[in-house]
Order: sequence, then structure tokens, then C-alpha cells
Amino acid sequence: MNGGDFLFFMPELILVGTAIAVWGIDLFTPEERKPDLAWPAAAGTLVAGAFLALSWGESREVFLGTMQLGDYSLFFRVMFLAIAFFVLAGSPGYVRRNLKNGGEFYGLILMSTVGAMVIASAREFLTAYIALELVTFGFYVLSAHARQEPRSNEAAAKYLILGAFSSGLLLFGISLVFGVTGSTFYGDIAVALENSGDLGLVWVLGVALLLAGLGFKVAAFPFHSWAPDVYEGAPLPVTAFLSVGSKAAGFAFLIRLFAEALAPVASDWRVAIGIVAVLTMTFGNLVAIQQTNIKRLLAYSSIAQAGYVLVGLAVLTAETTAGMLLHLAGYAATNLGAFLAVIYFHNMTGKEELGDFRGMYRRSLLMTLVLAVSLLSLAGMPLFAGFVTKFYLFTAAAASGMWWLISLAIANSILSVYYYLLVLRQAFVTPETEEEARRPRFRLPLHATASLTVLAALVLWIGVYPALFVEAAEAGARTLFGG
Amino acid sequence: MLYLLVGLNLIVGAAIFALPADKKHLPRWFALAAAVVSLATAIAVFAGYDRDVGGYQFQRSLDWLPSIGISLDVGVDGISSPMVLLTGVVVIAAVLISWGIDERPREYFALMLLLVAGTFGVFVVLDLFFLFFFYEVAVLPMFLLIGVWGGTRKSYASMKLVMYLLAGSILVWAALLVLYFDAGIGSFNILELEQAGVNTTAARVIFPLFYVGFGVLAGMWPFHTWSPDGHVAAPTAVSMLHAGVLMKLGAYGIIRVGMQLVPEGASYWLGIFLALAVVNVVYGAIAAMGQRDLKFVIGYSSVSHMGYVLMGIGSMTVVGMNGAVLQMFSHGIMTALFFAMVGVIYDRAHTREIGAFSGMARVMPKFSALFIVGGLASLGLPGLSGFAAEFLVFVGTFETAPWMAVLGIIGVAITATYILRLVARMFFGPVTEKWQGLPDASRLETAVGVMLVGLLVLFGVYPQLIVGTIDVSAIPLLANLEG
Repeated sequence: MNGGDFLFFMPELILVGTAIAVWGIDLFTPEERKPDLAWPAAAGTLVAGAFLALSWGESREVFLGTMQLGDYSLFFRVMFLAIAFFVLAGSPGYVRRNLKNGGEFYGLILMSTVGAMVIASAREFLTAYIALELVTFGFYVLSAHARQEPRSNEAAAKYLILGAFSSGLLLFGISLVFGVTGSTFYGDIAVALENSGDLGLVWVLGVALLLAGLGFKVAAFPFHSWAPDVYEGAPLPVTAFLSVGSKAAGFAFLIRLFAEALAPVASDWRVAIGIVAVLTMTFGNLVAIQQTNIKRLLAYSSIAQAGYVLVGLAVLTAETTAGMLLHLAGYAATNLGAFLAVIYFHNMTGKEELGDFRGMYRRSLLMTLVLAVSLLSLAGMPLFAGFVTKFYLFTAAAASGMWWLISLAIANSILSVYYYLLVLRQAFVTPETEEEARRPRFRLPLHATASLTVLAALVLWIGVYPALFVEAAEAGARTLFGG
Repeated sequence: MLYLLVGLNLIVGAAIFALPADKKHLPRWFALAAAVVSLATAIAVFAGYDRDVGGYQFQRSLDWLPSIGISLDVGVDGISSPMVLLTGVVVIAAVLISWGIDERPREYFALMLLLVAGTFGVFVVLDLFFLFFFYEVAVLPMFLLIGVWGGTRKSYASMKLVMYLLAGSILVWAALLVLYFDAGIGSFNILELEQAGVNTTAARVIFPLFYVGFGVLAGMWPFHTWSPDGHVAAPTAVSMLHAGVLMKLGAYGIIRVGMQLVPEGASYWLGIFLALAVVNVVYGAIAAMGQRDLKFVIGYSSVSHMGYVLMGIGSMTVVGMNGAVLQMFSHGIMTALFFAMVGVIYDRAHTREIGAFSGMARVMPKFSALFIVGGLASLGLPGLSGFAAEFLVFVGTFETAPWMAVLGIIGVAITATYILRLVARMFFGPVTEKWQGLPDASRLETAVGVMLVGLLVLFGVYPQLIVGTIDVSAIPLLANLEG
């Protein structure tokens, strides 16, 4: 270890510092000003981003080889910082209306972000595991943050119990893998696997437990059941953060694990992961159709999205890895756009059932358009990010010749448009009753208009001219696969 | 120049959203400007296409995602240049017919231009990815256009339409990936894929996927049921665009992708699909005969007329192909005229029940004349372009499958029956008291009608004007099919 390592680790340290500072200031801030602490927290993510830019394009191992900072981790670190920024920027209005202790809330968001960023760099089991716990512990508290709200308490309890259980599974899996290969470092595990013959039942159990534990974090079928309840019960900004940040962190873990440690045996798991992928997307889509609450609908939709990413994990190549990174980035921008629109809608109406969105186009065309762009992007429609990222991902995966998997993924992706259109119909098509038509138009604060516009522009950018993002994702994939 | 057709409509469409909400007449002027420029460009493309040189002209290329071989290549040949002209004509007619729209005009014209951009896009791109991209761009706005501004059972019809068409695109997407990997050149460029070819087994598997996938949009029996429902529910101008150009995208996809890229599959399957095309013709005509609602009559007659297009394709002869493309063009013009006129009468009488009218020729002479010309073109009266097209289709079909041609001619007889019966019933006989004093078609509506009738006559008297161009590309296309 040397001092230089810390320079590359600066962004994470700045976030930790910001979190502590925010908690400190919180103590001396009157309750009514606390929601505004989001802005110093968001500024912290920007400063961290600036430091990240300093080490752009460099690649090196730090902290005794437990972490590798390179294009792969850079891709995720930028993404997590951006996610944290938009979640923080979208929070103050909601916090003011529904929550207490804003400073605590924002600091926890920053700490979870640090955990997620470390996961992206970690190439050693314990480092990755501890970082993952940092993410989830933040979320346990965040989802319980609406203390007066029974739904929030229920959600947090459910999340805590199932989350702790899944962490246990993951840890048990790690210990079995360690037992078989004798190391917790990904590189050494891969070498051990190449040199060994039949690995036996213990090994199979170990990997299955790893998959189960991480499957819980990304809400893959059949470990998804916590997601809808937690998404519905948690405060909206937490749900937004959970649906993109936590999911992407889980995938950052999974992809690196499979590409670096389990690469020699990854093809044995192809069919199993493929089946999980198909079940995940099919289940998510089928159940999403029946939802009447926008949070639950987006929860099931995010389960389905995890299914698409798993298609890439089943066929693990440099190309599908680039596809997964690209899809996760597009999904993050898209889902945040959808959630911010929902958060602002909730701030102004206090409602979240689909029927409440009726006539939204009259009350704010901008919000309706951003919601439309996001939903259509989630549905994988062209001009928007989702089309390009799914096309890239499925094309890369089709090289494997697993046509059953690809066809089911395509069919799922296209048929999912049905329930997204149901929401769009409420927001854009269905006319209001006379009484409803007298409701006032929405007056969005300037920062809300700016965040919504930037996210929608990002979704359109990826959808119309994705070269920049594809190059970054391909560079990230090269970190893991060489070349 | 070809980029202009797509880009201009996209940009103006997006710009319309940003117009101030209180200036209700501004959007239509923007849309008209875009339509005028589009038409001028389309005429320049059609007239500028050099028959003596042949092949693809006005070619341009832009790198988009080089790593998987996608680039925005454009160019037109003898088959697509008449389609570009058709789109230009129908668009301006549709914009003018929508002049009186005052419910949410911003969204209406913006979505319409989006649809137009997608349509132009499909006709001019020479890249399989972008063909699929624009194909979906063209389909999606229909959901909102029908949902918001439509009539009879609009929410059912709009969802049915979108789900049918997207279900078709599942097949197209899957087939497209098989084609990409089987050709094995890592490019989506249509010309390069044509050179590379695919092996016989793959060709036989994917051709039916392309045919049925695109065929759904072309109104192929038995997947046509979305079409009459959609036509009836849609507002006038949207019906015009829908039947006039959108259904042509399906047939165009079959020709450009199905026949051109998998000729082996085409020669293997087209005989079977020819029989289905005959069912289209006869079934559509019989169904049209049983309708009482004017829009349903035209909706089913569209299914029947698209059957001629599919017959011409299925005949696998140069003559039949010329007929098919000419029929695409002339049906596009004719059906736009029909729907425009139905809009005129519905605006005034608020019913489309055929039985409710009698003696309209004396009440609304201009309207009646235009409608009757459309009817005569529909039943294939010599001197109007429908005749030339159907004649060529039958000559072509007779060469390869005489029995099919004979069966198809039954369709012509039925068409003549229902059209003449309808004309006699509605326009002649005693004047209905109730409609006395109904105002005739306005100057604008008459101008649109006269423009469309002019084209029907022009290409009816001198079909060589278009057929000469089609021929240039049909000959090599079919030579490829046999070889």
C-alpha cells in the first residue's frame, strides 16, 4: 500500500467526508431548513466527480490488489455518482413534506453510494462483501425513514430480515468457494479453478449460494419477493435509489465475479442463469400488468429489467459485458427520469395510483413528456435509450446461439410495452372529468425542471447517438476480458 | 437530401412541443412547412432518380455504432423512390385535412410529424438496424394519435393496433439477428448483407418470420383484424396516413428485407404465401360487402387491396412486382382520398351509416364527384391508376399460378359490386330530407381531393411514369430470386 492509492480513492473519501459533514451540520440546523441539506450533499458528489476525472483513463491495482481501478470501475463509479446526484437533487421537496431529519437521510444516501463505488472496484470477496453490506445497511435505514408511516416500517422490517438472510447465504457461499479454491482473491480463484479437475458438490453449492445471495440484491426470480413491498413502502427517493443504485451495485459485483473469478467454469452455469433470466423477466412483466400503484408497477418493471441484464450474464463475453454496462446505464437514466416525475407528481398531489395520473398532460406537459420518454425507453422503444441498449445486449448475446433465450427475451421486451402504455394512456390520453379539469396546473421549481430535462435529454442522447456510451462500456468490458 | 426527409420532420416535430400553449394555430403552420419541404424533397428524389443508371442513388453514410456494424446508410432505388413520393403526397394531404384540429394541436401535429419521420426513415435507410428502428418509430405514435383524437372504441382499437404490430416486430427482430449472425460479416448494411447471403436452412427459417412479421402491418390475412378497427377509430388524417403509407411499410419490408436479403427463402415460401394473398383479396372484399359503416367498408377494402400487393409479390415475376409496387402507390393515394372524403361527410352529418344517405350527389356535388372517382379507382376502372396496377398483378400471377389469378379476379368482381352498390345508394336516388342544405366540401378539402384525383388520373393514363422506375429495381431483384 502506498500514499498514491489514496489519490485514486479520493472520490470515495470525499463522499465519506461530505456525509460526515452533512451529519455534523444537521445537528445545528433548524428542522425546517434540514431538507435543503440535499444541496451540499449533491455538491459533494460533483466534487467527487471532478476528482474522478483526474484519474480518468488510468488503470491500476490499489490496496494490496483488493481493488482495481480501471475503465470497468470508472464506468460504474461515474454512474453511481450521477445516480446519487439526481436522487439528492430530486429529494428536498419530498423530504420537506414527508420526512424528518433530512441531513441523516442525505448522509446515508452518500454512504450507500460509497459502498456501491467500492463494489465496482473490488476484486476480492471480503472487500466486495463489506462494501455490499455498506450499501444495504444504508438502505435498511433509508427505507424505514418515514417513521410515522406503517408501510415504511413494514417495508424496512421485511427488507432487513430478508436482506440479512441473503447476506448470510452470500457469505456462506463465499466461505465454500474459499474452502474449495483456497483464496478470496478473484485472480487466484480463477487460477485454482483452471488447475483443478472435478470440483464436487461443495463447489456447486457454493456458487449456487453466491447466485442466490446476489440474486436477492438484484431482485432476480425467485429472490424478488421483497422488492415490490419495499419499493411501495419506502419513501419515494429511496425507492428510486434502490431501483437503480442497489440493482446496479449487485450487477457490478456479479459481472466482475463471473468474469474474473468464475470465468473458467462460467459456461457450466449458462443454462441455469438463462432460465433464471427468462423467469425473472416473464414474472416481472406478467405481474406488472396487474398493478394499479405506480411504485409497484415500476418495482415489477425493474424486476423484468434485471432479467434482461441476466441474459447478458448467462452468455458471458466481452460483448455482452459491454451490453450489460450499457443497458444498466441507460436503465439508470431512464428509471431515474420516471421516478423523478413520479416524485414531483407525488409532491404536488400526494397520490401514486395510476388513476390519479389522469389529465397529467394538462397540468404539466414537461412532466408528462419526461414520464412518456422514460416509460417508452423502459419498454425498449426507438429514439430512446432502452431500444439501443437492449438491441446491443441481445445482439451480443445472440452470438452464443442460445436462440431460445434470445427469442424469449425479445418477446418479453416487446410485450412489456403493454403495461407501460397503460400508464401513458392515463397520463396523456384519458380526459379529465369536469371537476378534475379545474385542478390547478403544476408549478415546478426550477431545479425540478432542470433535472427532468437533463435526464430526458440523456435518455434521448443514448437513444439517438450512443457512440460515446458504447465506447465507455466497451472499454469497461476490456478491463475484465483484456484485449 | 434523404437525411433531410427524416431529420426535418423529427426536429420540427420536437420543436412543436416547445411552442407556447396559447398559440393554437402555430403548430399547424409548422407542420405545413415541414410537409411542403418534405413534398418538394420527395418530388426531387423521385424525379432525380436516374433510370438509366439504376441501382441505389442519393447514397450517404454516417458511422453510428461501428463496433457492431451499424451505420446510418441511406439511398433509394426504383422501389423506394415511388414510396418516398407517395409519403410526401399523403403527408401534405393529411396536414391540410387536419387544418381544423383545435384539441391539443401541439401534441397532434408533433406526433404526426414523428410518424412521418419514421415512415420516410424506413423507405430511405439501407441499414437493417435502422429499418427496424424507424419501423417502430412509425408505429408508436399511432397509439396516442388514435387514443386521444380518435372516435369509435378508440382505446380498444389503439391498444389492439399497437400490440398486433409489435407482436409482428418480435418476429422481425429475431429473424434479423439470425440473419446478421448467419451472414457473419458483422454488418447490418443491407447491401453488404445481400452480397454475403445466408445458408439455405437459415433462409428457409427466417423468410416466413420476416413475411409474417412485416405482413401484419401490410394487413395480411389472418393477422389483419387490427386494421379495420384501427381505421375506424382513427381521426381522418391518421386514417389517411395509416392506410395510405403505414400499411405500405409492411409490404416494403417484405420486399426489401424478405425478398432481397433471403431470396432462397422467398422462392421456397412465396408460392404458399400467394395462396394466403388471394384469401386476403377475396376475404377482404366479402367482408367489405357486409359493412354498414362507411369507414369499415374502406377499412376492409384496404385489406383486400393490400392483398393485390401481396399477390404481386407472391407471383415472383417482374410484371407482378411492378404491379405490386404500383398498387402500393395507387392504393395509398386512393385510400387517402377515400378517408379524406369520409371525414368530410362525417364532419357534417355526424354519421357514417351508409343507409342513412341518399341522393347526396345533388346536395354535395363536389364531395360526391371526388368520392365517386375514388370508388372507380378502387374497382379498377381503366384510366385510373388502380387499373394499371391490378392488371399488372394479374398478368404476373397468371404466368406462374393461373388458378390463383382466376380466384383473385373474383375479388375484383366483388369489389365492383360493393362499390357500385354503395355509390348508387348514397349518391343517387331521392334526396334525404334531413341532409338538405348540408354544406359541400370546403375549398381546402376540395383542393386536397383534386390533387389526389389528379395523381390517380395521371398515373392511370401514363403508368410508365412510375413503372419505368420500379422496373429498374424489380428486374435485378427477381433475377436474384431465380438464381
